[in-house]
Amino acid sequence: MSEHEHEHECEDAVAKLYVYLDGEMDPEGLRAVEAHLAHCSPCLEAFDFEAELRKVVHSKCAETMPTDLRARLLGMIGDAGTAPA
Amino acid sequence: MADQATFTEQVTPFMDALYGAAMRMTRNPADAEDLLQETFLRAYRGFPNFSDGTNLRAWLYRILTNTYINTYRAKQRRPEQTELDEVEDLFLYKRLGGLEAAALGRSAEDELMDLFSEDEVKQAMDDLPENFRVPVVMADIEGFAYKEIAAMLDIPIGTVMSRLHRGRKALQKSLHAFAVARGLAEEEPAVVES
Repeated sequence: MSEHEHEHECEDAVAKLYVYLDGEMDPEGLRAVEAHLAHCSPCLEAFDFEAELRKVVHSKCAETMPTDLRARLLGMIGDAGTAPA
Repeated sequence: MADQATFTEQVTPFMDALYGAAMRMTRNPADAEDLLQETFLRAYRGFPNFSDGTNLRAWLYRILTNTYINTYRAKQRRPEQTELDEVEDLFLYKRLGGLEAAALGRSAEDELMDLFSEDEVKQAMDDLPENFRVPVVMADIEGFAYKEIAAMLDIPIGTVMSRLHRGRKALQKSLHAFAVARGLAEEEPAVVES
């Protein structure tokens, strides 16, 4: 494969990066991306980085509801349940 | 009214995550609390009509998002509907990817996880304009599918995809700025308009 063709494959793969990581690709597209990643380590590295970044964002944004807020919300439901409709 | 015990039991597993989503959407604890109160009230009242077979989690988040949009959009005189500058693909990877190779005896994931603080990542998320922030929160923090996000926000799937694309890249640009501030990456050279 000429270098130009290879670059084109990389461009195509990167263009589909998020759809791929989001698990939203159709089976044919998925096969094409995975086939590319199987023989292109630069793209595989980039994809892995993006996947890790996703995990970092998910992890760092995790919150725990403060106990007092939790109590207030559950108390409110309790009040709503006993209030006249 | 719905059985309180049943409602509480079924909703409790989602409370931490709903709180997280409310915090990222409203960007302040007081508004997050108001949003959650309104959401839980609506959910409790609607619970008798919620059919067990469907997805409770998606249902709760639809109420959360709907309440957010109706309450906070209505409050703003000019709803934030900004556009974002075009950011190149693999923005952060191109500037930080090398750090993984330099890590000694640590997994690449550890490296990236230690690079940014919780405050920085939350700030980067909070800095996204609302029309990008909400889809990114729903996809990257809450793990909803395009179709679910589209239904939640009442926008086409194509719009969800494009906002995720641009929002995520904007997030990377913000994270890069934090890395630069810590001396872990170089500042971007000034772009000279040709």
